[in-house]
Amino acid sequence: MFIQQLVNGIILGSIYSLIALGYTMVYGIIMLINFAHGEIYMFGAFAGMILVVFYNVPFFLAFLLAMAFAGLVGLTVEYLAYRPLRRSSRLAALISAIGASIFLQNLALLIMGARPYTFPSPFIPKVYQTSFLTISKLELIILAISFLLMFALTFFIQKTKIGKAMRAAAQDMDTASLMGINVNLIISITFLVGSALGAAAGVMVGIYFRTVTPMMGLMPGLKGFVAAVLGGIGRIPGAMLGGLLLGVAEVMAAAYISSQYRDAAAFAILILVLFFKPTGLMGSFMQEKV
Amino acid sequence: MLTVEGISTYYGNIQALKEVELKVNEGEIVTLIGSNGAGKTTTLLTISGLLKPAQGKVTFLGRTITGVPPHNIVKMGISHVPEGRRIFPLMTLMENLEMGAFGRTDKRAIKEDLDMVFQTFPQLKGREKQMAGTLSGGEQQMLAMGRALMSRPKLLLLDEPSMGLAPMIVKEIFQIIEKINRQGTTILLVEQNAQMALKTAGKGYVLETGKIVLQDNASALLENDDVRKSYLGE
Repeated sequence: MFIQQLVNGIILGSIYSLIALGYTMVYGIIMLINFAHGEIYMFGAFAGMILVVFYNVPFFLAFLLAMAFAGLVGLTVEYLAYRPLRRSSRLAALISAIGASIFLQNLALLIMGARPYTFPSPFIPKVYQTSFLTISKLELIILAISFLLMFALTFFIQKTKIGKAMRAAAQDMDTASLMGINVNLIISITFLVGSALGAAAGVMVGIYFRTVTPMMGLMPGLKGFVAAVLGGIGRIPGAMLGGLLLGVAEVMAAAYISSQYRDAAAFAILILVLFFKPTGLMGSFMQEKV
Repeated sequence: MLTVEGISTYYGNIQALKEVELKVNEGEIVTLIGSNGAGKTTTLLTISGLLKPAQGKVTFLGRTITGVPPHNIVKMGISHVPEGRRIFPLMTLMENLEMGAFGRTDKRAIKEDLDMVFQTFPQLKGREKQMAGTLSGGEQQMLAMGRALMSRPKLLLLDEPSMGLAPMIVKEIFQIIEKINRQGTTILLVEQNAQMALKTAGKGYVLETGKIVLQDNASALLENDDVRKSYLGE
């Protein structure tokens, strides 16, 4: 029972981690909570569903195209809603983010209508069973894709030139530009990558629950935000850890307390973190040497 | 090489620079001295493009660079070591140096410059994987200078390299500045430590509340009564 719940929590958590990464990468570089991120996730899910259901695109190709599409949406949101406010107060940008979120939600409602769409699972249902654990093929694929994406992102951030420039810009934007780094371009790439990861999560949730709706981004968007704060906002490994912990905590609360407390557990964690360790589990204040 | 003509720079409504004029010739060390808040840092930030002047223009090697974004100014050959070193604390020493060479693709020449940096700053050698934030203040200053050299600048802007460092280390840093200059890099040095700066530089400018009030050979400024009184504490 416990191991089963733990695995369920990790599956859910890996989705939260992917969403949290988008928040944390953007926050790390421009100190903005991108509240439109949940909608980007929803756009990704829709793009995947439309390609698979209406155009018969093979699933994995549709998956990649959905990531690319959502990446471009994220990049456009940054360009139109955040970049003009770069030198304004953080509150102005935050309000603009909420506006972008409402706009994207309504755009989806306008185009797709309010009814839910079915997103059929592309895989033949298959369940693996041992004495202590039951897991479906779909769940294994979700786990594999999530961890693969997180691994790829870590490599990108740690080892590539662009990834290093992203870290440099996150630590000190002005100094990064003095190194010859085009900071605006780096910010665009950050939105592109973060949004693509959010879309990956959206598509996977779409096939897992077999539905896609214009409002589907709301709750996972908030959960992803909680996961990012839990791990230490701005810290990429923190977002991964925060997502996994949040997923496990939620599933455990549902299993051992009551399934009605699922969401309450997530937000109780947010409150506790903000209360006792606002920098998050992996966040820290860097001492500046003079 | 570098000509600053009548630049006025504002922070909101506050005018920080009032028609500042200065000139740096190739091969020189020029220093800009002045008290805290006189506008020394603002001058450098305006040259490297992080601040845009409301009036005036900056030309470098015959091209106007006012309004050019900072990342392109670096590519033209100006490298800026900002005040307070501003190394990337959560990146390794090596990654910091790599960032200095960000705009370059000539791998072999980058390797040569890395060797040159480690030769100039032997203290940094063998610590490539250390997080830059864990270095001492002097080492961070050396890293910041090494990082700036990694772009192979023609002109190096140094903002308060002596800030917060022990006198021994300040001396060492100034020796290295002279060495970098001998190897062919022109230097514009901003300093509060007027004594050291004027001893190192060929030419000096004195900045007071956003205005250049004096300019002369550095040796002459060292003898100037006003300078001695105001900046050399005599």
